Amino acid sequence: MSSVCLLAEQSGGKLNPITLEVLSAAQTLAGAAGLPVRALVLCGADETQAADALAGYALDKVIRVAHARLAPYVAESHLAAALAALAACGSDPLVLLPHTYQTRDYAPRLAARRGQGLITDVTALRWRESRLECSRPVYGGKLAAEVYLRAGPAGFYSLQAGAFPQPPAPAARPVPIEDFAVEIPAPRVLAEAPFQEARQSVDLSQAAAIVAAGRGIKEAKNLEMIRQLAAQLGAEVAASRPLCDSGWLPMDCQIGSSGQTVAPRLYVAIGISGAIQHLVGMKGARTIVAINKDPEAPIFEVADYGLAGDLFAIVPALISALNAA
Amino acid sequence: MKIIVCLKQVPAKDAPLRLAAGSDGRATAIREDVSFEMNEPDAYALEAALRLKEACLARQESGEVAVLTVGPARAAQMLREALAKGADRALHIETPSGAELDSHAIAVAMAAGLQSENFDLILTGLQSDDAGYAQTGLLLAENLGLPHATIIMKIEPHAGGLRVKRELEGGRFQWLELPRPALLTIQSGIDKLRYATLLGIKQAKNKPLARLELSALGVSPGSNRLAVARLAMPEKTKATEMLAGTPAEMAAALAQKLRQLHLVP
Ligand SMILES: Cc1cc2nc3c(=O)[nH]c(=O)nc-3n(C[C@H](O)[C@H](O)[C@H](O)COP(=O)(O)OP(=O)(O)OC[C@H]3O[C@@H](n4cnc5c(N)ncnc54)[C@H](O)[C@@H]3O)c2cc1C
Repeated sequence: MSSVCLLAEQSGGKLNPITLEVLSAAQTLAGAAGLPVRALVLCGADETQAADALAGYALDKVIRVAHARLAPYVAESHLAAALAALAACGSDPLVLLPHTYQTRDYAPRLAARRGQGLITDVTALRWRESRLECSRPVYGGKLAAEVYLRAGPAGFYSLQAGAFPQPPAPAARPVPIEDFAVEIPAPRVLAEAPFQEARQSVDLSQAAAIVAAGRGIKEAKNLEMIRQLAAQLGAEVAASRPLCDSGWLPMDCQIGSSGQTVAPRLYVAIGISGAIQHLVGMKGARTIVAINKDPEAPIFEVADYGLAGDLFAIVPALISALNAA
Repeated sequence: MKIIVCLKQVPAKDAPLRLAAGSDGRATAIREDVSFEMNEPDAYALEAALRLKEACLARQESGEVAVLTVGPARAAQMLREALAKGADRALHIETPSGAELDSHAIAVAMAAGLQSENFDLILTGLQSDDAGYAQTGLLLAENLGLPHATIIMKIEPHAGGLRVKRELEGGRFQWLELPRPALLTIQSGIDKLRYATLLGIKQAKNKPLARLELSALGVSPGSNRLAVARLAMPEKTKATEMLAGTPAEMAAALAQKLRQLHLVP
């Protein structure tokens, strides 16, 4: 292992903010192991400024791969470029990436091409002798696992958004940017430009209060009681993904990584387990209330007030308690 | 169109999980005495495959759906369920009980099991609800040299290939075109799930379910690239105030808190 290498994520020349979280984790890891940190930036021909942004932080060097086939993103092209450029990061680097829709789409194949393992969705990294142990949520966040690569720490690790929040150390001296030329064959898959599905009818990001229902409400008709509670709290109604998947509520109402991100003053989660993809959309709420029959449900971990019990008893009781002024 | 769907059996969503006692007091797995079900995104992958097949049949084209799992003996029940829903045949790569395999080992076993198969399309769920490594589909594509697309919410046949809608973060999407054969990982919600009919359950009993031993494919837990050192309850970091009492008492206490915080209009 000769370096800790960060695989940056950018679009349109702008770094995805999670890249900086991964960079700070890379700096900490490399510091502990006495290794240099290198950043690899894959970008389209007119997105090269993403590398300049990284050069402002404490790094050994930034390796930039600019190629017309790297924008818009397609897995095969990204894979080919990353594979070639990793060779420039020294022998057997330890590679950190963000755990995003993009890395989910190419990192497993990249690791496999190098004959190495990938540990995804990492929330903490720690050296235990020569092993790099990673914490990651399993079983929808109900348990946490400590996982490591059997062949030694060199390999791939994708880090969960928000898990490494400390800002990275700024550069103390100028950081060189090296351009690395690669050949990228024409991909078999053609990608069109991303688009937003429909205009959002309710902009939940502006809501002062939100009452959100999850699969625990069992049937669509039980949304009535959720609506009633929301009306009393002056709140908008929202939901976890399975309710929108079943068509009980429009997709506009979905909170989470594939839906809306909200930060209301009050968020009441009813019958929602608290999977990470839901939490990322609502954990910025000021006051969080969770109602769930499972006292170990991960949603309680982010809640200010927890009500462990049957929502079909608690919600009607809450409606009458709020009525009785 | 010949479609292969990869399925995994995972603990039921509301199963109370308990840690299995490990050799030196460290747990690395959960206890098996819980109920199991088909991984949710895989159920959606199966649904998408059945709909593609039905569309082929409606156009007087041939269509077949075969389901594949790498898992212990109990997983056969999930394959029967898939057959009852409309899959035509099943392949069970059976793992010894207690053998934990990572995505790499599972993908290698699947690729070996599919050696003599012809197919136009492979569908998998985007990740499993147990370990959730989100890698098996892509590693299978890598082992078979197939093009892939991930987190798919719509599939349309298109000029001998496929046009698919990929979900992105924050409610955004993107269309992709792929040649066949290809591998797609499917996101929950792609279509409405069907239930097995009584007739389907009856017919499933006569559909072929082939078994292969994992060891016959040269794969074992020794093939894993990842190892679990420990499994535990997550660490608590936030001080959550748990309200106590009957539902009415909890509700009254919460109403009072919300009023104090001026959160009730
Ligand atoms: C790439 C990707 C993107 C995703 N994007 C999103 C997203 O944007 N938003 C999102 O929400 N999810 C998203 N998910 C799905 C996410 O992983 C979870 O599957 C989902 O959030 C679970 O929804 P839930 O909590 O409503 O259901 P479950 O996990 O099934 O939880 C139901 C809860 O209800 C409780 N319950 C049941 N009955 C009662 C009762 N009578 N009283 C009280 N409590 C009860 C149970 O204890 C349980 O905790 C995504 C997943 C992936 C892989």
